Amino acid sequence: MLHIAQTALSLGCIYSLVALALFLSYRVLDIADLTTDGCFVLGMAVSVSTAAAGYPLMGLVLAVLAGACAGFVTAFLQTRLGVPSIIAGIITNTGLYTINLMAMGWSSNVSLIKQETIFTRFRALGIGGSWYAIILTALIALVCMVIMRQFLRTRLGLSIRATGDNKDMVSASSINPKFMITVGLTFANCFTALSGAIAGQLQKSADINAGTGIVVIGLATLIIGETVLNGRRSIGRNILACLVGNIIYRFIYAVVLQTRIIPIEGLKLMTAVIVAAAIAAPSIRESIAVRGRARRELKQDA
Amino acid sequence: MLEIQNISKVFNPGTVNEKVALDGLSLTVNDGDFITVVGSNGAGKSTLFNAISGVFLADSGRILLDGKNITFEPDYVRSKYIGRMFQDPLKGTAPHMTIMENLALAYLRAEKNTNPFSRITKKERELFREKLKMLDMGLEDRMNTPVGTLSGGQRQALTLLMATLVPPKILLLDEHTAALDPQAAEKIMDLTKQITQENNTTCLMVTHNLKQAVSIGNRTLMMANGHIVVDITGEDRKDLTIQDLMRMFKEQAGKEFDNDRILLSE
Repeated sequence: MLHIAQTALSLGCIYSLVALALFLSYRVLDIADLTTDGCFVLGMAVSVSTAAAGYPLMGLVLAVLAGACAGFVTAFLQTRLGVPSIIAGIITNTGLYTINLMAMGWSSNVSLIKQETIFTRFRALGIGGSWYAIILTALIALVCMVIMRQFLRTRLGLSIRATGDNKDMVSASSINPKFMITVGLTFANCFTALSGAIAGQLQKSADINAGTGIVVIGLATLIIGETVLNGRRSIGRNILACLVGNIIYRFIYAVVLQTRIIPIEGLKLMTAVIVAAAIAAPSIRESIAVRGRARRELKQDA
Repeated sequence: MLEIQNISKVFNPGTVNEKVALDGLSLTVNDGDFITVVGSNGAGKSTLFNAISGVFLADSGRILLDGKNITFEPDYVRSKYIGRMFQDPLKGTAPHMTIMENLALAYLRAEKNTNPFSRITKKERELFREKLKMLDMGLEDRMNTPVGTLSGGQRQALTLLMATLVPPKILLLDEHTAALDPQAAEKIMDLTKQITQENNTTCLMVTHNLKQAVSIGNRTLMMANGHIVVDITGEDRKDLTIQDLMRMFKEQAGKEFDNDRILLSE
């Protein structure tokens, strides 16, 4: 039982980085970035392959750089070449499949058997006993959250927020919205790739299909966190919501996995339903309210 | 000095919706001019402003500012020295960001703030507070309030402050008081006069209020069909009355009508 909780906590911390990336692209910039699935695997592939060669830390660095490139390609397609943003993400995502296979040496999975990972190195330091994985992932998640919070306070961060908030105003303030979208998507995909990179080293393997549905899970966790924390009030809360939502999601996942209340294969469908329902909620509420009012007032007239 | 040389703009060329919005228009704006622009809907007033601010590239013609050709500069580059305000108070500010953050964005136009990773400094905060005090709306005590919670008048006042925080070479006001209630409109108009006088800002203002058109500024333009049809300045402008302007308006309308009749009879 303890082991399950530990796994849920560390996975929650790792995947919170995807939610953080989606917070920047989806909430701040108002762009649905479908690069996410492929970018997650890209980070995983680069990190595990580099760790297999004996450089686990360098693996994380290279994964982040690779993620930045993926984000830049998507941004370039939509800001400079006029490709609609969703299509741009899908195009990059599709291309990444080949890139990811290449990063894994043209094989669909890579495993680390005896090689070191950041986790084995951290355990060797002797901090935290059996909690070492949670401590390390929590540390990374916290650092990333602080970086995101501080970044959004800088002039560059303010400009990116304004780009998502009011494009008219941005170009009237001598800010180039295309540049801001590019910086934002590049930065966001660094976090996605880092998430994949750490997940890969934790499970000691990379798989070409590991990214399927990551974007939807990321959105689900973002929304769960926002709902629990009433999180859209401030940037700080919203960032914290990424972590909280992910830990909740991973606990639900663990419970389902243990108890088999629903078959584990059904979890993706459940996640999809949660996301669809959460995004649809405002318009459903609105339409119910309008119909209720119409029924009441028309009845009075009759 | 702003020189507009023979610019044209046609929307939807070659379709049934083809519309000549600017038709070989030329205009020279001198430094310190405050020009009011009048004309009926579709005369090309907003299109002229969009061409000056760089929202689109004119089909032909040149735009020079202080002798420099800015025809091909995109809007975000020109906004370093051309400020603009729209009729819609929602357009000029970012609603989910605080008053201070909005002002910080406007302050990016100042050359010296080049480090993108720096934060809003204490000195800037003080400057913003001073400027907000000038509006006399109590906004200086609400700097951390999201702008979306302000009234239309307050948002427009803030937009005016943002457009002039770093004094622009040219300020374009496109009916910037038209969507406000009379009291707020008067307040914004007073602030506009005060701020432009303080900085001696060159200004073009579109208005449908003929009283404003003759009383504010030093020059009045009337537009019709993508042309400037009336340009009054100097001594003539001093004697200009609302009635004069009304008469010219009707004359212009009459001309258009005549043109239509000629077209139909052919």
